Amino acid sequence: MSLIQIQNLCKTYENEGVKTPALCRANFSVEKGEFLSIMGPSGSGKSTLMQVVGLLDRPTEGKYFLEGKDTADFDDDTLADIRNKKIGFVFQSFNLLPRTSVFENVELPLLYDCVPDGKNREKVMRALKSVGMEHREKYLSNQLSGGEKQRVAIARALVNDPEIIFADEPTGNLDSKSGLQVMKILQDLNNMGRTIILVTHETYTAEHAKRIIYMKDGEIVADDPVKNRRIADGTEEILK
Amino acid sequence: MHIISPIKISLKYLLAAKFRSFLTILGIIIGVASVIIIMAIGQSAQALILDQITGIGSNLIGVLPGASDENGPPATAMGISITTLKYDDLKVLRNGKDVPEVIDGAGYVLGTATTEYDGTNLNASFQGATASYINVENAKVGEGRFISEDEETNMSRTAVIGFNLKEDLFGGDDPLNKVIKIKDQNFTVIGILEKRGSSSFGVSSQDDTVFVPLKTAQKLLLGIDHLGFIRLKVRDASLISFAKENIARTLRDQHDIDDPANDDFSVRDLASAVDIITKVTNVLRYFLLAIGTISLIVGGVGIMNIMLLAVNQRIREVGLRKAVGAKNSDVWTQFLIESVFISFLGGVIGIIIGIAISFVTAIIIQSLQYVWPFIISWQSILAAIGVSFAIGLIFGIYPAGKASRISPMEALRYE
Repeated sequence: MSLIQIQNLCKTYENEGVKTPALCRANFSVEKGEFLSIMGPSGSGKSTLMQVVGLLDRPTEGKYFLEGKDTADFDDDTLADIRNKKIGFVFQSFNLLPRTSVFENVELPLLYDCVPDGKNREKVMRALKSVGMEHREKYLSNQLSGGEKQRVAIARALVNDPEIIFADEPTGNLDSKSGLQVMKILQDLNNMGRTIILVTHETYTAEHAKRIIYMKDGEIVADDPVKNRRIADGTEEILK
Repeated sequence: MHIISPIKISLKYLLAAKFRSFLTILGIIIGVASVIIIMAIGQSAQALILDQITGIGSNLIGVLPGASDENGPPATAMGISITTLKYDDLKVLRNGKDVPEVIDGAGYVLGTATTEYDGTNLNASFQGATASYINVENAKVGEGRFISEDEETNMSRTAVIGFNLKEDLFGGDDPLNKVIKIKDQNFTVIGILEKRGSSSFGVSSQDDTVFVPLKTAQKLLLGIDHLGFIRLKVRDASLISFAKENIARTLRDQHDIDDPANDDFSVRDLASAVDIITKVTNVLRYFLLAIGTISLIVGGVGIMNIMLLAVNQRIREVGLRKAVGAKNSDVWTQFLIESVFISFLGGVIGIIIGIAISFVTAIIIQSLQYVWPFIISWQSILAAIGVSFAIGLIFGIYPAGKASRISPMEALRYE
């Protein structure tokens, strides 16, 4: 059983009667522990695909099975619960809460955990340590550099120990050195068994994954393994 | 979902835009403060009025000449002179036999006349009084003595003057044993009353009045032989209704009246006056309260406005919260708690300001020598807290609903 299985998935946006197809007949599956890049130019539908697969949006057509279960059967609360426990998001623009401490930002998903276990502090500090940001726990989000913000965002995605991490252009707003650090963290997480789905328009970044899905005009045009995978271990040349 | 987290968040946003936050909660502050002030001042004013009435004595019964409707004004109030009440009536009413509930009684005739001392002329009120005045009215003699029982009827030319009149007529001189002229008649000052303060209703202040023996006033100053009115002191306020019946029966005997419809007198007590005044001040209070409530509603609309603005400004935050697992109900609760918190904060500040203004008002009015207690009732504070809470809740529901319905995907894309 695949972790994610997508069958003929379509997504059409409708605004004031105007229909805009963003995703057409997408088919693929993702196994547990994979590192997948979704690549394509701007407007190719890669972000829409990530949002549907990340359960932030529902498809207009097609089937999406998560761990063998049809996600069409889930109500909004169940989807929220799955996003809370099984999925972590990393966004291009970090999306940290302004004027809020690093600790509180990372703690955010734990506030929506239905069964609080009183170990929030322990979990937040572990997540911050895994991205090397434990020394900044009391800093406000606006006191951090771009690279640090993204590392905090990754810590937030990790804090509930999710199975899948979705990263939407995680290096897009970073300098090359910080971008490399982020990719290293993602590769390390994958090496520890987490499934990573990365959305990017840069080939170089995409090549850090094990497999790349290419998209164009809302359709998947290729789905290939990466032959010469890049390893962000600090020895390779700087990104870009 | 914890309750502390939304409160911390709203505090953060409130502090981030202090001036705007201040304007947002200003409506609630003004509304709550005015409700507190209205309630406090209303209660204090009522206390002041009731104090003046009960200061005369809540166990007093008034007997007025001429019949009148129980709730209408007495005939004498219309300027009609009725001569049916006599000194003998007073004697019978306070003899302790016919009306056992009555422990004392005083007869009154009133007038104004030119009063003169050592070249100083004043148009002063005078009152023909019985010796019992002091006891019945709870008045106190400051210097000298009051009119004696003998002087009541022996045409004695003695006078007791009120506190202000002493100042106006004598200035720094000692008035005792000095001769003053009332309507060109000589009177010897035998006493000065202690300062009483504000006036009692319809009667000029005791402090501005000169008191002369009853008979002297009747014969010498007014040329009449009837009484203006009688006040009777009852042993206990609870006996007032018994006493009123006995008084009416006794006076009917006195005046040979068989049918109560032909009564040539009316018997009144202060309880009904207190009742009427309480009702009037309550109506006034509720009216002012309604104005305060309107201000609170305007404040609520302000909060709704700012919360709608907050939903738009924080749309990405809503998206993020939903992305990390917030349910629609979590977002709804958060915005509602924020709205209630903002309104509640305005309520608390309003209560503090309301109490402060009421306190300062009380101090200022007290300094003017009025009985003006500083009263803040728990009910008004609880009502203010309840109302500000409810306003936050009512006016927060729509923005909270709007926030909770935002799709996470659209929110995260929002620029």
